[in-house]
Amino acid sequence: MRYSALQVLWQGLTGNRGWKPVWRQPDPKPAYDIVIIGGGGHGLATAHYLARNHGLTNVAVLERGWLGSGNIGRNTTIVRADYSLPGNSEFYSHSLRLWEGLSRELNLNVMHSRRGTWRLFHSDGQRDEFARRGNAMLARGDDARLLGRAALRRHLPYLDFDNARFPIHGALWHPRGGTARHDAVAWGYARSADSRGVDLIQNCEVTGFDIRRGRVHGVRTTHGPIRAGKVGIAVAGHSSRVAALAGLRLPIESHVLQAFVTEGLKPVIDTVISFGMGHFYISQSDRGGLVFGGDLDFYPSYARRGSLPRQEQVMEAAMTLMPMIGKARVLRSWGGIMDMTPDGSPIIDATPVEGLYLSAGWCYGGFKAVPAGGEAFAHLLATGRPHPVAGRFRLDRFRFGRLIDEEGTGSQHNLH
Amino acid sequence: MRITCPFCGERDLREFTCRGAAVERPAPGAGEAAWDAYLHLRDNPAGPSREYWQHTGGCRAWLVVSRDTLSHAVAGCRPASGHRRGGRP
Repeated sequence: MRYSALQVLWQGLTGNRGWKPVWRQPDPKPAYDIVIIGGGGHGLATAHYLARNHGLTNVAVLERGWLGSGNIGRNTTIVRADYSLPGNSEFYSHSLRLWEGLSRELNLNVMHSRRGTWRLFHSDGQRDEFARRGNAMLARGDDARLLGRAALRRHLPYLDFDNARFPIHGALWHPRGGTARHDAVAWGYARSADSRGVDLIQNCEVTGFDIRRGRVHGVRTTHGPIRAGKVGIAVAGHSSRVAALAGLRLPIESHVLQAFVTEGLKPVIDTVISFGMGHFYISQSDRGGLVFGGDLDFYPSYARRGSLPRQEQVMEAAMTLMPMIGKARVLRSWGGIMDMTPDGSPIIDATPVEGLYLSAGWCYGGFKAVPAGGEAFAHLLATGRPHPVAGRFRLDRFRFGRLIDEEGTGSQHNLH
Repeated sequence: MRITCPFCGERDLREFTCRGAAVERPAPGAGEAAWDAYLHLRDNPAGPSREYWQHTGGCRAWLVVSRDTLSHAVAGCRPASGHRRGGRP
């Protein structure tokens, strides 16, 4: 009964003074069964699933800034399950199913909108690749349809189909794909975890680990030492820095990925469209802004801002795809820091330090992975065994050649 | 970001391609762990870093660029040919 139409009306009439904080601001206890480093999407989701699926509530989430201050609030909110390789395929499929029940599970409207995603193709080779990908999606039980040019034109008439360099031949349609409200996801998981007894500790930076004889016994923080039976790292973007405190080197490079939003417009793009040439994608937010992004800047960076050459390239891709966008004005742009792995797929695994676990390497797919990533990481932390849908996200897979190279470009740091 | 190529002078970022961290190549017989580390594991520092870049839009020389990954400030740039390789080719 906390949020109802009657409450909104009553609070509106009485100066909105009756709303209470949704989660506690506890001081850290001296010891926890499990400490999760990182209060973003994955960290908060992990806390929620630890409590809900495994009954573990003597858990703390340590966040350096405020909850949801990292990439969960800096992404382009797209949710889809159009992966084709074993490893990614079942994981993102599972994640999409969790998304579809998430508002009910968290009792908070995460505004998950199944508006469909379109991946355009521009050559015969790309058509073959998308047919294969679509078949992989169908075989797994998800939805996919390959549309030719005439059918696509009926759905998206405003694209530049006859572009001289990149003519559009058709698209792979994934009707269950869509978007969600990114901040609400963090808030929903945070409220759920807190209400089940998890301590969410903000402005608490981890400065070191207490590791003796190869086993982690706790963390040192700006709020003093905290003992822990197990520790999970979920700080994608900065995984290398936190892992270095435990003496680990990861197969990760940090890169900046930019995104852009225009001024609010009337509804014009009611779906998600990915350009097949040049890694450009676009959707429209519920506020009306066109949200779009492109490729990495392709040099290691921890600065949350991108370079002008990449901005220029993204704008060129936008104009190539849909010339009408030239009339919109860009309101702002921003950058987020991505954990990039050599094969472009994530890591959910134990580390060589006993009791220390890692959820990292989310590349640019971290947002849609939040529900399954949290559930899988909680499963790993609680049982010590990988979750069935995340068994291939191993930390040492590069050494043994068990790659999950979705783009088929190889396993090197500068390729994804 | 502007990089001063030792052969061409100061040029715009658009002329360069980043290859990644300037890691030392191990000797051919250094073993699996050393080659795994060379190919995959990275220090990934937040701050001063040394990287291989190529002046693809200019003289095409391979360079070692000293750069700060937090500020994007370029501290120096020299030819990669003098950089230590570890083992013999």
